[in-house]
Amino acid sequence: MARSPSPSIFRPKQGVDQSLIEDNKKLVQDINRRGLLRGTLSLGALTMLTGCNVSDTDTMQSFLRTISAFNDKVQEAIFRPNHLAPTYSVDQVAKPPRFNAYYDVEDVKPVDGASWKLELAGLIQDKRPWTAQQIYQLPEQELIVRHICVEGWDYIGQWEGVNLGQFLKRIGADTTAKYVSFKCADDYTETLDMATALHPQTILATKYAHDPITDPFGFPLRLRTATKLGFKNAKWITAMEVTNTFIPTFWSKQGFNWFAGI
Amino acid sequence: MSDSFTVKSTRRHRLHPAGLRAMHWINALAMIALIMSGWKIYNDEVLFGWLHFPEAVTLGVWAQHGLQWHFFAMWILMVNGAFYLAYGLWTGRFRRKLLPIWPREVIATVREALTFKLAHDDITHYNAVQKVLYVGVMLVIVLQVVTGWLLWKPIQFSEAVALLGGFQAVRLFHFIGMAAIVGFLVVHVALALLVPKTIGAMVTGGPIVDDATPEAVPAE
Repeated sequence: MARSPSPSIFRPKQGVDQSLIEDNKKLVQDINRRGLLRGTLSLGALTMLTGCNVSDTDTMQSFLRTISAFNDKVQEAIFRPNHLAPTYSVDQVAKPPRFNAYYDVEDVKPVDGASWKLELAGLIQDKRPWTAQQIYQLPEQELIVRHICVEGWDYIGQWEGVNLGQFLKRIGADTTAKYVSFKCADDYTETLDMATALHPQTILATKYAHDPITDPFGFPLRLRTATKLGFKNAKWITAMEVTNTFIPTFWSKQGFNWFAGI
Repeated sequence: MSDSFTVKSTRRHRLHPAGLRAMHWINALAMIALIMSGWKIYNDEVLFGWLHFPEAVTLGVWAQHGLQWHFFAMWILMVNGAFYLAYGLWTGRFRRKLLPIWPREVIATVREALTFKLAHDDITHYNAVQKVLYVGVMLVIVLQVVTGWLLWKPIQFSEAVALLGGFQAVRLFHFIGMAAIVGFLVVHVALALLVPKTIGAMVTGGPIVDDATPEAVPAE
């Protein structure tokens, strides 16, 4: 089977199985003759036919997602807030980093750094938005850590930017709140638990290998944390909210585990 | 020395007591769910370019379903497996049925099997090869749980991951563990089908046996 060089679960490999419709064409047409609306019918048949698999029925999904929520709690319990992820040497760094999003790299819509702003919301005292220039002037922390994707691949990346915990303190965020949520230019959403947001190896990255992050990797601002799977590291961040209300994320809404710690 | 055969307290019960049977089948279901969902997860980033598992034998429509099943079935396997191991150790079942294992016996049994002379009329005693397989698969599953936790939390358990050679090495170990378990399953199921009364015994309990029945071969 031919595979793209960058296989991704975030890009569906197959759509709805059309053969099911083909195989059951006769059935569908037969019911049509009984005078039912074609549109309603096809949709109904499709739901039934593809609903055979036990995994994506409503009941099964609600059960499996309950277990996934339990697994969130387990991960929170075993999370070591002061345990540092292994760091690596500069010569182990992959250049460029590996791209991943819920769409292909060609579909990346670059963010205009000049007009870009980081909006702040929620339990934050100083909610004035930040320009890219202001963020670039903040003290930088270097992070040479392993990126691990939920799919199983990994690479070592060299990221620089302001420590998220320090940034939260600078803007007067309530760090006793439960979550730090992000919105991105590509409508991606991500929510971190506060313990992870305050982990010493969680940064708002502006550079990769000393150079500004390029468009596919989140210019001008992205999240980089050493203790989460790759997809938690939101790119092209446009807004940050500190909150006690859980905001479901792009992938958690689709059934991926929310905590996604490593 | 003749005392060693004295029956002190006879406990008569089915060859496979009800609790053990329940644990066996729960284990089997959880393991099959883990293997099939594991294949789904594997397919998204294969270790070997030539190996993709057919979608028909994987569990879950999308990758997230494979992950959901895997991280559900792991709890069933761990909890049920812990009870199973505790039961086997506590009641002495493992000691009685699986020990000792003599290399000489293993070789002799393999020879009998290859020449089709292996007797299997008595399903209450395991031959040396069975003992090796059963002890072996239990150890592999325990290791599989360990590498599974390391894969799930490679940073929280970064010390152990480093010890094993890194994240990708642990992935490979977890894959090899799966292969060993699947290998066991193929042999185990094939042999059970060849001697169907063993399957009956694991469903209904099998013959009534005595815990204190002296072993046929006393140590020299």
